[in-house]
Order: sequence, then structure tokens, then C-alpha cells
Amino acid sequence: MKFHNPNRRAILKYGAATGAASLATPYFFSRGAFAQSNNYRNAPTGSTVTLGFNVPQTGAYADEGADELRAYELAVEHINAGGGGMLDTFSSSALRDAGGGINGKRVEFVTGDTQTKSDAARASAKRMIENDGAIMITGGSSSGVAIAVQSLCQEAGVIFMSGLTHSNDTTGKDRRANGFRHFFNTEMSGAALGPILQKNYGDNRKVYHLTADYTWGWSQQGSMEKYTQPYGWETVANVMTPVGAGDFSQYITPVLSSDADTLILNHYGGDMVNSLTQAVQFGLRDKQVNGRDFTIIVPLYSRLMAQGAGDAVKGIYGSTNWHWSLQDEASQAFVRSFGEKYGFPPSQAAHTCYCQAILYADAAQRAGTFQPSVLGAALEDFEFDGLGNGPVLYRAGDHQCFKDVLVVKGKENPTSKFDLLEVVEVTPRAQVEYPADMLGGELGPYNDGV
Amino acid sequence: MDAIFLQVLNGLDKGGAYALIALGLTLVFGTLGVVNFAHGALFMLGAFCAVTLNNVFNISYERISETEKDFLGNPLKEQVPILQDWVGPDVAAFLIDWSVPLSIILAVIAMAIIGVAMERGLIKHFYKRPHADQILVTFGLAIVLQEIIRHYFGANPIPQPAPDAFSGAANVGALVGLGSNVIYPWWRLVYFLFSAMVIFGVFAFLRFTTFGMVVRAGMQDRETVGLLGINIERRFTIVFGLAAVVAGMAGAMYTPILPPDYHMGMNFLVLSFVVVVVGGMGSLEGAVLAGFLLGILQSFASMTEVKAILPGIDQIIIYLVAVIVLLTLPRGLMGRRGIAED
Repeated sequence: MKFHNPNRRAILKYGAATGAASLATPYFFSRGAFAQSNNYRNAPTGSTVTLGFNVPQTGAYADEGADELRAYELAVEHINAGGGGMLDTFSSSALRDAGGGINGKRVEFVTGDTQTKSDAARASAKRMIENDGAIMITGGSSSGVAIAVQSLCQEAGVIFMSGLTHSNDTTGKDRRANGFRHFFNTEMSGAALGPILQKNYGDNRKVYHLTADYTWGWSQQGSMEKYTQPYGWETVANVMTPVGAGDFSQYITPVLSSDADTLILNHYGGDMVNSLTQAVQFGLRDKQVNGRDFTIIVPLYSRLMAQGAGDAVKGIYGSTNWHWSLQDEASQAFVRSFGEKYGFPPSQAAHTCYCQAILYADAAQRAGTFQPSVLGAALEDFEFDGLGNGPVLYRAGDHQCFKDVLVVKGKENPTSKFDLLEVVEVTPRAQVEYPADMLGGELGPYNDGV
Repeated sequence: MDAIFLQVLNGLDKGGAYALIALGLTLVFGTLGVVNFAHGALFMLGAFCAVTLNNVFNISYERISETEKDFLGNPLKEQVPILQDWVGPDVAAFLIDWSVPLSIILAVIAMAIIGVAMERGLIKHFYKRPHADQILVTFGLAIVLQEIIRHYFGANPIPQPAPDAFSGAANVGALVGLGSNVIYPWWRLVYFLFSAMVIFGVFAFLRFTTFGMVVRAGMQDRETVGLLGINIERRFTIVFGLAAVVAGMAGAMYTPILPPDYHMGMNFLVLSFVVVVVGGMGSLEGAVLAGFLLGILQSFASMTEVKAILPGIDQIIIYLVAVIVLLTLPRGLMGRRGIAED
């Protein structure tokens, strides 16, 4: 028997080949699975995908938060069923065609309480991302909170679909690639309201602003000033008030003794309910200054606030993102599905959150993945219809939706406790559009979290 | 002049609430030596007495309307208060309209029971414990009470309208010879008068009754009063109940001014402690004086002209005054020697 004696060169050659093969083999066989599960944060591996609903369940905006949560639950129902509500009227058929769930996965959700505080909101979002594996965070009813959570999501590498946030900064100077906003902003409110206010109240008014002392308040006040100044409206005073002040009387009494003939309340939620109610209690709505009727304006309205303020809203102008009384097919489908489930019509907060959940799910379905950078690209410059606002564009430049804006007025003779606002005008999208770089800020690159 | 007068009025109604809470707080401290951090929660519980009474008056059954439709186009389910069937629509409407003033009766009974139960069940075990222990236990109790209310009533403020007769604004300017700009809501004027009456009542009770005399003696020297054979402990229990009743009434009447929520007591508590410290620990007169003084100062600090020079001053004025007073008068405005001084 003759043995072949291997030489040193052959050993090295075969050894190197074997080593290379053994190192390459696991990667070769597992490459597909690795790409599916590990190239973005919280990539779902099972049959479900988890969304994080971060809404204010306590604090000044708790009413909006409760309605947002109802809308999210409804949206999840519709997504998992592959139809229902506005999913049936939505112009993109991806989710309907899929027949339920997103990318073959059933949607589950976890919730957090933002407490309308940035630190609490960030903590609950962090908990949902790190502990519960949430792939996307959505919700909120305050711009301060939205900006804080948006920034956290950018760092964490998940998508943030903001809820009710109206400050320019959310998609302006504080915009982030991972953040998307369906709700309108103060710039659009101002552009829509300015001409209507001039038409109804004339030129050269003296305006007293009471402004919530945080990003949204500043933004709202700035926009109102910008769009009323061309008509000679002059700011007599702009007084900052703390969020959650409760009793605004100490800020309202100086209005009585000023020479202002207009009060603009840059407040929202419980603050707006209190400040408007108290302004009316102090007789401002019935007052006359320099021969003109005193006027109160609430730039950002919601039906929930109108309900809280009761009779105080009668005849008072404002703007809103959506209203349940709209008669288009999509709005009516949403009102019916929400109303049948909960027994009352949805608020604008509920509407925007429902839309955001549907838009996210649709983008993921169209993209075929939950990877933020790929999914985000599917949302950019996405034109859609059938979600209650007419044709809408999700602009790529700032991740801001552009659509018609509703100018509303407190109804003089409401027929029910929900019928409190009437739509005075639908301001066309073209009138409220502005260049993507006008508000400053940079989106930066997407972060997939790996 | 109009602006100054309006800010004074505003400060008086705000100060009324501060004074009422601080009065109870300092009464308990002066008699029992207990720093009661649950006192704000008692104010909040009083406010919820008003909410409860309103809810009770509005207990309803459902009736399907034959004519009206709801927002979905289905027949409207009307809510009909049971009270309406019992006492007739006019009396029911009157009771619902006047539920806030009527809730004072409920607040007096409920808060007396809660106050006495609190003192006997918890506070008495902490008389001889350090102030730090008292603060911890009463603060914990405040959180428990808050969470109970949050569980049953939710987290959102619940508006309570004033009776229709007091829902408008009074032309105060015409009454005092100032301009027509000086108008002020009726209910706030009512609240100021109410707080003045309660403060006067408490002072009269302590000044002109034998019970009050014993309590005042006990505040001076508890041991000597006990040596005279008087059961000072029992009287102090009643004093605690009285403080709870005052806080409760103040809370109930405040609901048309500020819709109550579970957290309202905490917001007032911090301010009221500052009021007590500025007024002088254990001094009833000091608490009332400081309550109104700080209310008025806070109101003036919110004026546009003041904020233009010192932005944000309205948020810190009370604490700023507290620092200045404590630096110059360490016992507060009317504090007595020996109180809270070891």
C-alpha cells in the first residue's frame, strides 16, 4: 500500500480552501434571513408587527389623546381586516389587495402616555421601541412633544408618524427624515384665515395675542401676525401664558383695559377651553371698542374643544384640519365606522391619527418592507385621495402633507352637542402651499437603526 | 386706573382661594403641629363634591326620540334626568342649575367626615414624629386620594357652570365710578365674598366661642391646657375636621372658575405652602394677609406692562416674594416666636 505524502504547499492550499469554505458557508446559507431580520431596527420576525401609539392620556390635551387612541384602534381593525372605514375609499388599493395585515403580518399595538410632557413622551416612546419592539411610533397632541419624540425616533431608527402637531417647526426647522406629518401647520392656518378675517372684520384692527408659551404657540402667533398685517392689523400686545395655567383671568383683565378690539387666543386643548370660556365670562364678546364690536379668534379649533367651551364658541372663527360634518364619501365612511363603534363622531385629532396609521401601513405594503429608508421613500411625493381631505401630497422636501384647509366658525344654533362648528370656507391647497425650504431645517439622511 | 382696579379685583378672588387653603393649613399646623401635604387634596375633594352632586342630579335614563336624529341619522337617544320625573322639570332644572352652591352642603358633611377619619385614622399616629415623616405620609396620602379620584372621574377637567343668575359679568366700573371697561364676572365676585365670609366665620368661631378659646390656648401651650383637665386631643380632631371643611367648601365653590381635575389640589398646595410661610407658620391672620397679598401681586405681575419689562415674572413672583420675606423676616409677616423653631 502506497501512501501519498502530502507536501507543505498542498496542506496550506487545501487548508486555506477548507477554511474559506467553512467561514463562507454559514453566511452563504443564512444571508437572506439575515437581511430580512437585522438590517433595520425592530424588524418583525414572527407573524405580527407592533406599532407604538404614544398619546396624551393625562394633562391638558387628554381629550384629544383619548380620541387619538380610539382612532388608532379602529385603524388597526381596518388594516387587519383589509377594509372598512376610509380604507375602502383610500385611493391606494395595496392594503385592500393584501387582504389584511401589512406584508402578511397582523398588526398589534402598544400604547404610552405622553402626559403632554416632552420627557415623559420620550420615555414612553423609548420604552415601546426598546422593550416592546415597536417598529413605528405615532401620536401626540402637542408640538413640543412631537418634536421631542420625532428626534428620538430619528436617533432610534424608527419611523415617527406625528399625530396632532400644528407648529411649523415639526416639519420646518426641526424636521427629520424619519418623521412625517399629515396634520396642517400654523403657516397654512394663517394663510387660510387671513383673508376670511379681513372679509368679516375689516382692516386696521388692534390685536391682543394670548400665546401658549411653547413652540406651537410662538409659531401660531407668528403666522397670525404675518397673515393679518397686510390688512393693517396691528399687534397691541403678545402675552405669553404657561401651558396648563388653568385660570387665565390675570391675563384677560389687562385686555379689558387695553385699546385692543381683537383677541387672538393662541391656545389649544384644555387651555383654549379655559381661556375662551373666561374671556367670554369677562364680557369680551359683547364689548365694543372705538365703535367696533370686539372680536375673539381661535386660530386652531377642534370639535372637542368646542364641546368643552360650550356656548362660548358661538360666532368665533378658526381653522381646522378636518371636520366630521364634511359630506365627501371618505369622511362619511370614517364618521360612520367611528360613530358606530364609539357612539360619537371623531375629532380632527382622531382623523389625522387614523390617516397616519393607514398611510404608514400602505407605504409599508407598497414598499414590501418596514425598513424606514425604503418605507419613507414610498411616502415621499406620494399623492393620494379618499382620506377625507380631497387630493393630498406628502411632500418629499419636508415630509409635510399639503391639502385644503377648513375655515370654521362656532355655530350660532347648534342642533346637537356635536354640531358646534360650521365650515365657512374650504381654502384650496394652492393658497396654503409654500416652498419646502421656507421654514428652514434639514431632513438629513434616514436612520434604519443599525 | 381701570387696569389697576381690575388687577386688584383679580388678585382678590385668586387670593381668596389661596387664603382659604392656607387658613386650614396653618390652623392644622398651629394646633396639631402637623405639616399636612394632603391639604391640597382636601380642596380637590371639595371640588369633586360639586361634580358628584351635579352627576347625581343628572342621573338619567335613555329615551328614543320620535322626532330627532343623531349624527348617524339614527333616532336620537335622549338622556332624561330621573330627577325630572321625581320633582318636575322646573325644580329639576333649578337644582341642576344651582348644583354648585348646593354642593356646599354636601362638601360640609363629606369633608367633616373625611377630615375626622383622616385625623383619627392616620394623622394622630404622627403627632410626635419628625416633620419629615409627617410630610412623607401626608404627601403619600394626597397621591392616593388623587389616584382614587382619577380612577372614578377620569383625568380630564370637568366643567361646572355657575348658576345662570351669576354667569354673566357685572359692570363694576359703573358702581365705583370708573370706566365701562371695568367689568368682572359675577361668580368671581361671589367667590370673593364667599371666601371673606368663611374667613370671618372661622375667626369669629375661634375668637368668640369657648371652644375657640380652648383651641387658641392649646395653640399657645398644649401641655398646660391638658393639665387643666381639658381633652385637647378631641378638640384638635374637630379642628382638623374644620380645616377640611374650609378647604372642601373653597374647592366646591371654585369649580365654576376652574374646571376641577384630580391634580388641582397639588397645583394649589405648593402656592398655599408659600402663602403660609410668607404669612408666618401658625399665624391665621398671616395666612389670610399673605393669601390676598400674593394673589394681588401675582395678578399685577401678569400685566402686559410689567411682563414687557420682566418677561416671565408672573411665574416666579410668589417665590421671589417668599425669598425676600424669609431673608428679611425669617418668621414670615406675622409669625410668632417658637413656632417651627427647634
